[in-house]
Amino acid sequence: MAFSGLAGLVEEKSAYGETTLVVDLPRLVEACTALRDEHGFDMLVDIAATDYLGWGSPGVSGYIGTAQGRNLNHPMTQGFQVLPAPKPKRFAVNYQLRAIQRGAPRVRVQVWVDDGESVPTVVEIWPTADWFEREVWDMMGIEVEGHPLHERLIMDEDWEGHPLRKDYPLGGEPVRFSGEE
Amino acid sequence: MMAVTQRPPTQDPIYDGTRIPSPIPTVLQLDPSLRDTDDILTVNFGPNHPSMHGVLRLVLDLDGEVVVGVKAKVGYVHTGFEKNMEQKTWWKAITYAPRIDYVSFQNNELVFVLAVEKLLGIEIPPKATWMRMLLCELNRLHSHLVWLGTSALELGAISMFWYTFRERDLVLDLSEMVAGYRMHTRYFQTGGLAEDIPPGFYPECRKFVEWMPKAIDDYDALLRKNEIWEERTQGLGLLSRADAIALGQTGPVLRASGVDWDLRRDDPYLFYDRVGFNVPVLPNGDTYDRYRIRIEEMRTSVEIVEQCLDRLERMEGEPWTADDRKVVLPPREELHTSMESLIHHFKIVTEGYRVPEGEVYVAVESPRGELGCYVVSDGGPRPWRVKFRAPSFAALEATATVVQHHYVADLIAVVGSLDTVMGEVDR
Repeated sequence: MAFSGLAGLVEEKSAYGETTLVVDLPRLVEACTALRDEHGFDMLVDIAATDYLGWGSPGVSGYIGTAQGRNLNHPMTQGFQVLPAPKPKRFAVNYQLRAIQRGAPRVRVQVWVDDGESVPTVVEIWPTADWFEREVWDMMGIEVEGHPLHERLIMDEDWEGHPLRKDYPLGGEPVRFSGEE
Repeated sequence: MMAVTQRPPTQDPIYDGTRIPSPIPTVLQLDPSLRDTDDILTVNFGPNHPSMHGVLRLVLDLDGEVVVGVKAKVGYVHTGFEKNMEQKTWWKAITYAPRIDYVSFQNNELVFVLAVEKLLGIEIPPKATWMRMLLCELNRLHSHLVWLGTSALELGAISMFWYTFRERDLVLDLSEMVAGYRMHTRYFQTGGLAEDIPPGFYPECRKFVEWMPKAIDDYDALLRKNEIWEERTQGLGLLSRADAIALGQTGPVLRASGVDWDLRRDDPYLFYDRVGFNVPVLPNGDTYDRYRIRIEEMRTSVEIVEQCLDRLERMEGEPWTADDRKVVLPPREELHTSMESLIHHFKIVTEGYRVPEGEVYVAVESPRGELGCYVVSDGGPRPWRVKFRAPSFAALEATATVVQHHYVADLIAVVGSLDTVMGEVDR
């Protein structure tokens, strides 16, 4: 399927048999409307946000092996570390779309967001985005502009922080009434 | 013999257009003209209500007995599965997947394992794939049996619960035989299966396959023409075709609204393109049709299990896991004799295998609909991000659309017919 004329299209990537459309953030709604109306992607399946803070720092991540395979203990590849390619911004928000009335094509729309930036809502296009976008706000702290009910979904309303961010502290929360308070 | 009185059809026709509340699709707001009247009672339904499926809280506005406002609140069983999986190696993270949806555990395990395998590009022996299919279909039976038993129980049909849980136990016995555990088996590994299929499994499974269609006929005989069941389910909880698609419904809920869509047939994974099965689709979009879809799906599952058994019985002695020592644990007995196997075992268990960089989204047809797994790898031994697309999560979003202007007593049956598992919604 050709997406070359899509509004705000930055890049069309293809990997593992999946198509990813990187879209310019301000034109996301325009692109999504076109995908629904012109390309037939009538169902929004999922919205997944990813935090890339610390992506590719040596020692933490990286792939040991040859370009051909995962032969990590092969004598010739010892210590040969390929760091993953840097990402344009801190967060990626991925919209998995599906055209269920036109066979089974599937596409992923991806927008890149920095900390403090917000994504426009797509509730008007796919009503199912409602909870998925609230989850993105709740778990990743990416504000959704224009969402009709911009509240936390899973955590408590007075919860501090956004748990799925990479800089969210691990190691538990203070226990109330434990004597240390 | 008593004459059966003919009663007028209670069934409402399915509506055209859309009923999704506006502007918030998941919240049914109280009509402004009713807001300050004394007749409106706001009730907190749940989170711990005996008739709720798990810990779901609904804030209801009632006008007499009629639901005029709904707001669903979730998050009571949030346990941070996705965050936990980021901290574990790929190998250990498999353990978390089945616990997300504890009723269709095998499908959850499968979707994560498939995602990792897609990134690894590893080849799976056919015997393992057939066995995965068999177990996933048994798991579908398990899930539908739990749904049928509890849903009938909520409407007062207590006996259904005992019958369905009798067969559910047979499924779990098979699970125990294969994996040693009744639930959350962790029998699927990247590369294939954790162990070979035990001797004696096929005959036991055959017995079950022969027994199960009769049991399904019994359930159907108990409910299908049951007047109380018909009256409590027909024409209630309507969801039109357009609304079901707009609200992201998948699985039985979508098919009961007349959309012919099944991932097993339309986007085949495993060997679903090599077995014959039909996809039941019904047009009415009510609770009754959702019930009938699930009954038909149970029959389909039994057929698929049978076809898997036919193949598996001819595969005695074939490998059940990929021959890739960098990913698959070496056989236990080799650890005592082979230094290399010991090193491999140690590396996989402690550091974990590394998975090439990339992002994939894999979807399977779980008993509840499209179960997706979005996985990002940075090339390291741990997942960078795991996101589960839970079918129950989307199904619950339809609550405000399907329950409007129903009696509060019907609300239980209608929300129950969406078949949600809260562990999966909250993750």
